[in-house]
Amino acid sequence: MSVDAPVRNKVQESLLSRTAAMLIMAVCTVYFLTPIWWLFVGASKSSDQFTSTNPLWFADFDLFANIGDLFAYRDGVFLRWMLNSILYTGGAALLGTVLAAMCGYALAKYRFRGRELIFNVVLSGVLVPATALALPLFLIFSKVDATNTFWSVFLPSLVNPFGVYLARIYASASVPDELLEAARIDGSGEIRTFFKVSTRLMTPALITIFLFHFVAVWNNFLLPLIMLGDERLFPVTLGLYSWNTQVNQIPELRGLVIIGALLSITPLVVAFLFLQRFWRNGLGAGAVK
Amino acid sequence: MTQTMTTVDVPEGTETPHKGGRAVRYGRAVPFFVVPFGLLFVLFYLVPIGYAIVQSLYTVERTGTFGPAREVFGGLVQYQRVFEDGPFWASIGRVLLFGVVQVPVMLGLALVLALLLDSGLVKGRRFFRLAFFVPYAIPGVIAAIMWGFLYSPNLSPLKPITSAVDFLSADFVLWAIANVVTWVYVGYNMLIIYSALLAVPAEVYEAARIDGAGPIRIAWSIKIPLVMPAIVLTTVFSIIGTLQLLAEPQVFRSFSSAVSSTYTPNLTVYATSSVPNFNLAAAFSVVLALATFILSFAFLKFTQRKGVQ
Repeated sequence: MSVDAPVRNKVQESLLSRTAAMLIMAVCTVYFLTPIWWLFVGASKSSDQFTSTNPLWFADFDLFANIGDLFAYRDGVFLRWMLNSILYTGGAALLGTVLAAMCGYALAKYRFRGRELIFNVVLSGVLVPATALALPLFLIFSKVDATNTFWSVFLPSLVNPFGVYLARIYASASVPDELLEAARIDGSGEIRTFFKVSTRLMTPALITIFLFHFVAVWNNFLLPLIMLGDERLFPVTLGLYSWNTQVNQIPELRGLVIIGALLSITPLVVAFLFLQRFWRNGLGAGAVK
Repeated sequence: MTQTMTTVDVPEGTETPHKGGRAVRYGRAVPFFVVPFGLLFVLFYLVPIGYAIVQSLYTVERTGTFGPAREVFGGLVQYQRVFEDGPFWASIGRVLLFGVVQVPVMLGLALVLALLLDSGLVKGRRFFRLAFFVPYAIPGVIAAIMWGFLYSPNLSPLKPITSAVDFLSADFVLWAIANVVTWVYVGYNMLIIYSALLAVPAEVYEAARIDGAGPIRIAWSIKIPLVMPAIVLTTVFSIIGTLQLLAEPQVFRSFSSAVSSTYTPNLTVYATSSVPNFNLAAAFSVVLALATFILSFAFLKFTQRKGVQ
């Protein structure tokens, strides 16, 4: 045996494992991206060509005509759903993040009676799934005759215990006590310090909390399903779901569901890709504790 | 049981703790920070939990067949109905089977992908990370609609497969749904594990490498134990998610007659409340929330104990 045989083996081995690794990555990429590619291609076709041509390649490019049809359908109810979704998810996540940040910040930075109790109660709230709350919320809102309203979905969506948990961890890590002390000496009030100084230090964390909150509301299907009867109040997920249940009776809805699905996910996919590093930062901090 | 009861039994006064304490000086600011969230948390978390428990203890009685309905205290009557409800327990069994298979597959794949991204064997890491994460931006309802079409024999680009195997038949539809959930969440879980791996300083691996340990050995003996907390976290979230399965099977009811209205526990809750039988639906909700809580809590405790040894 020559001396360089083990070396050659090593090189071959490394080449082999590199190839194997890339192969796994390639197969997974196909798995994760094909359905999205299919959706994009499908949304660009007329309904005739949708069934008669290759599902993974373009025929006549009718995407914009299809979008026009979607927006015109039933007086533009789809646009209304998109707007509702922005209000429900974006609005609730924005306001909910501020509330969670304030609470988590106080739990991290102030010592007061009941602090641990509050934190533990909120933390066990993390383990209570949102779907378990939908039915009792419906019963409570029907007591005060407020089901089937914007607020019946919006208000419960504001609460995100996981956000408080994250805010507490981030505030402990990123806002030094000395800084708060200095602000006090300068005569800044606690509330002013929070909004002027602490939130700036916590900004990356706040974006992470916002993202988590956004996805939680965006994915909460049972609450609007139980709460809302009026189609004009639907978020886009519930709207597309309701169309999809009628596809067998009204076949033209199939094309609209596909285009609608594409349009509803596009802004989010783009936003996710741009904000990805905030996911990573946040998840790291969340997993450490 | 005790855990949920304590969440419910918290006196509301504790939400505004401004009296006493060590740092009285800043005490006045605390209610400003805590009360807005606290109030909403009480109103839309604690009160509903309490209300569900109360509702589950009542039952509707009628005088005669068409007489007026009125609610009377029924004790544990609804819970007796829950425990005698065959379809409900069948649905619990179904999601448990789903979880036992889907959660390990999903997290196993997420772990392998995270380790590969971290191994230095892969070029174009940024691209793959993004590509695998994209499905997480798609809500369950939309993902289920997409896959529903992909499974449909006459529309699917997977025609050679879908004409041989009917994914929407009673035998396969559970696994068809499992695939949708896996597709959405692998990238998210991968990212959690991957960020835990990034947090490990490189020196930790150096010694092992000098001792001649290969990448697989390093992954198995060093990396996986180090990211165990992240794996535990993702497992708990996955267990919760599995027991709460709703949107995907609800959508699949349009594609497959094999998905009944009581296919998962949450579908049962929804179907029961549409009857409407709110008291029974509330009892289902309470039992399901307890089961979820106990299961994820038990898993946490179990892994903590193993960690000590």
